[in-house]
Amino acid sequence: MSKDIVILGVGMHPWGKWGRSFIDYGVVAARAALKDAGVDWCDVQFVSGAATIRNGYPGQVSGATFAQALGWQGAQVNTSYAACASGSQALAAARSKILSGECELALVIGSDTTPKGFLAPAKGERPDDPDWVRFRLGITNPSYFALYARRRMALYGDTVDDFAQVKIKNSKHGCENPNARYRKCFSAAEVAASPMVANPLRLMDICATSDGAAALIVSSVDYARRIGRTDAPKVAAISTVTPTFASSMIEMPDLATDSAVSAAAHSFRAALPVKAYEEAGIGPQDIDLAEVYDLSTALELDWMEDLQLCARGEAAALLRSGATQVGGRIPVNASGGLACFGEAVPAQALAQVCELTWQLRGQAGARQVSADAKVGITANQGLFGHGSSVIVKR
Amino acid sequence: MSDKTERPFLEGWFTRDEAGAALIGTRCTSCGTYYFPRQTRFCRNPVCEGEQFEELALSRHGRLWSYTNACYQPPEPFIAAEPFEPFAIAAVELEAERMIVLGPVVQGVDVDALQVGMPMELVIERLCDTPSERLLSWKWKPVV
Repeated sequence: MSKDIVILGVGMHPWGKWGRSFIDYGVVAARAALKDAGVDWCDVQFVSGAATIRNGYPGQVSGATFAQALGWQGAQVNTSYAACASGSQALAAARSKILSGECELALVIGSDTTPKGFLAPAKGERPDDPDWVRFRLGITNPSYFALYARRRMALYGDTVDDFAQVKIKNSKHGCENPNARYRKCFSAAEVAASPMVANPLRLMDICATSDGAAALIVSSVDYARRIGRTDAPKVAAISTVTPTFASSMIEMPDLATDSAVSAAAHSFRAALPVKAYEEAGIGPQDIDLAEVYDLSTALELDWMEDLQLCARGEAAALLRSGATQVGGRIPVNASGGLACFGEAVPAQALAQVCELTWQLRGQAGARQVSADAKVGITANQGLFGHGSSVIVKR
Repeated sequence: MSDKTERPFLEGWFTRDEAGAALIGTRCTSCGTYYFPRQTRFCRNPVCEGEQFEELALSRHGRLWSYTNACYQPPEPFIAAEPFEPFAIAAVELEAERMIVLGPVVQGVDVDALQVGMPMELVIERLCDTPSERLLSWKWKPVV
């Protein structure tokens, strides 16, 4: 039996710092997705929300929050929390409902409003919480990104200029994206002139935090056929695996890795797409474009290798060849990525799927990748062993 | 010299004895896996059901896996000096435990003095001062 579900519609609220409720952004994105799908809200049978812990109770029950905001109509609801992978978990919940026959048409939605500056832990003295401990020591999220970046420099000879080239490429893509927050092309000199945050990463190497929302309307293959949408892109795989012990990378918010004395060391990031490739029955050679979680410029290079788009240590060379820009052989972050969006946590994994959908339909305007593109992959990773990789095909 | 009372910022996470400073970890008596911070209830190795742990001092020396610094003042619960002084951060690989442990680098050592692969040692140093106390932390220091 096919495990595919169909993406009938996608929608976003533009990323930015708008100072409004996350509910407003979500409704805008949901209505855009419904319109794009050409289906009626009252026909949606399941609302799958990605949770946001920052917006109080409504954020923690986002499925119900959006179902009410759009108008209660008796749909089933669910809310998923999985840090940066929350959107993919919400999509996975919708897929399970659809494939089990419990529903045919679902709304998957994520939206966020973020504070200024560093993401920080909840208040209070909480020495049992590793997140509290690392912030007491002064170890922020960019600290981890910088440790990975410096490691690349030591192992593979990457340079800060290689990292700047990621920003330059993504800013060029983001200029052409009406949903991006930052729509300005940057030069290497501008990146190098931005303030150092966590050596070797500068302000322009690190993604901001943003408000934003993304929504998908997904259905069974049968439903899509009945409404004449057999050509719509499909979700071919959703990987949301946990790490495998002994997890060898130092991860937020931990102060130490697993000890690998009694079990082999494993890379979490590399494991995420492996499951997705297996599920879709394809390999990295079949991928035409990728949307990856560039929390930092250097991390985009790590993801290219974790997705096996090139051999370990060769991502900077692939970037330099021009292959990963729009028009190249394997565009990475044609949307502009987090570099141009900033992170709106529960919306971000869904925004990646929106971009793949527009690209595979040939509707991405000036940032459109090759018309021959048939398969795209996403990848993201967040706190507490959460991560995801989704494959979309046409 | 400060006349403030000194105490560890966390109780039971590190120690200083005749042999020097050390992180306090635990080790599963069934499979030998090390833990920092201490794990005392259930072993996290998926093929081990160990529930007995011995407490021990982790290796005091390791190799620098990677490093960075904090150029901007981190948010609370970080307690900053006025004015904020940037500091380096190290990820150090402990050979015997086969694990990487993070920590601040001692005062006066910035990223220019660090290199991936160099030997590092654990020391105890001032983390910050509160109005009434001096809080101590483990820190990493290059071995010269």
